[in-house]
Amino acid sequence: MPVEIDEIDKIDKAIIREVQEDLSLEARPYRKIAEKIGITEDELLTRLNRLDEEGKLRRMGVILHHRESGYSFNGMGAWIIPEEKREEIGKLMATYDEISHVYERPTYPDWPYSLFSMIHGRSKEDVERVAKDISKKTGIEEYTILYSTEQLKKVSMKYFREEE
Amino acid sequence: MKKELDQIDKELLNITQRNFPLIANPYEEIGSRLDISGEEVIERLKNLKETGYIRRLGGIFSSKKLGYVSTLVAAKVEEDKYYDVAEMINEYHGVTHNYRRNHKFNLWFTLIAPSEEELEKQFNEISDLTGIKTLRNLPATRFFKLGVNLNMKEDQSEKEVS
Repeated sequence: MPVEIDEIDKIDKAIIREVQEDLSLEARPYRKIAEKIGITEDELLTRLNRLDEEGKLRRMGVILHHRESGYSFNGMGAWIIPEEKREEIGKLMATYDEISHVYERPTYPDWPYSLFSMIHGRSKEDVERVAKDISKKTGIEEYTILYSTEQLKKVSMKYFREEE
Repeated sequence: MKKELDQIDKELLNITQRNFPLIANPYEEIGSRLDISGEEVIERLKNLKETGYIRRLGGIFSSKKLGYVSTLVAAKVEEDKYYDVAEMINEYHGVTHNYRRNHKFNLWFTLIAPSEEELEKQFNEISDLTGIKTLRNLPATRFFKLGVNLNMKEDQSEKEVS
């Protein structure tokens, strides 16, 4: 069954297209956007608050450049874990403060790793220490840590662009 | 570091990360919480952008709740065609993150599309690119943790992906 999506009308889409860009640094940043869309500032804010309540807007605010604000190193742990142990181990990984994301993903003959954990630290050693700790606690010894050695692209998703 | 953050900058970054008010005059409201003027909030935010602390100030939307689908894709790419392939993949606007990684699967990207059909279409197009040896689709099947706020320590990435 498809996920139910509340109606997102044309005006909502126009708002999303604008608000996913940089919010202007002026006293009334939404006024210009409202004018551009052809609605009042009030309506725009009412709709934006509704999108927020519905969880469509995850948050409004700043996104930091992480290299400039601390935790500079991360590694993607990939783990070979039997089906029946994934739930328990996934939950255990989720308890680590150094781990921000834990997912289960499909496996293939050439990619047998089923659980993914994004591990953060100040160095490679920090990241490896966390992985070793998990390995010791769970008895899972088949894992690998993937590091990004080059950033080829990193952008924010722009929604409803195809309808512009 | 290009600039030392003072206490007000730090509080400002915490507030603007988590509790940015959805009202007509957000900067003035934030200022009142910090005992500074709205103008000073604006000046400080401009500065934090220019010095590279802030990547973006705006709305972050949930791809899932907007009806979009996303996945993580792992690729084995021939080294002599690596950058041509990366460039062609990057042309898809639903490709938001793309990294070289230290593995036989040497290129990893996230792909977001407005529907399953569109995602499949783009995945198939990419798998046909010259230089791609193997492409593996790795959409999340279960979520155990979805990203946390490391309080001024982490880019709380928009990575809701996949």
